[in-house]
Amino acid sequence: MTAHDQIAKDIAENDVVLYMKGTPVFPQCGFSSVTVQILSNLGVKFKAVDVLKDPEIRQGIKEFSNWPTVPQLYVKGEFVGGCDILKEMYEEGELAPFLAEKGIALEEV
Amino acid sequence: MAMSAGEIEKLIKDAFPDADVEITDLAGDNDHYAAMVSSAAFKGKSRVQQHQMVYEALKGRMGGVLHALSLQTTPKD
Repeated sequence: MTAHDQIAKDIAENDVVLYMKGTPVFPQCGFSSVTVQILSNLGVKFKAVDVLKDPEIRQGIKEFSNWPTVPQLYVKGEFVGGCDILKEMYEEGELAPFLAEKGIALEEV
Repeated sequence: MAMSAGEIEKLIKDAFPDADVEITDLAGDNDHYAAMVSSAAFKGKSRVQQHQMVYEALKGRMGGVLHALSLQTTPKD
């Protein structure tokens, strides 16, 4: 399976997918860490893909999304943005309604 | 590997001549910047599209020689 196919499969099979550096428990980059924090604050369950484990996914996700950096968030197969956009949506109070509208369950935290 | 704030500003202004651009060197290391860009070209575009337009203006440097550019874009009236 190519990196492209793997990404297409992951975002089709999982409602919320975060491509990041490191893991949610041990993020390896400040921007990935902030993004995990935002999703955790909202009580969103997500599948995390550590791009540092696979150079093909690391390069592939940039081409797939036409987006030069990681982290990247996909919701229901749609690219939502990187750290800056998520932070902005969160601070403007737009992220929770956006996720709710997409049918993503938010747990009380 | 780094870029000066002036180079970043020039590339953005070349692509968006009307833009107000404010670049902050976050760490003083020519490698971690924040940029606020306001341009009429962003009108009617999603946030993702607006950021993609700026990344395009940076001609592939983002994620390469430019490691970290925190971006905030706003449409200008």
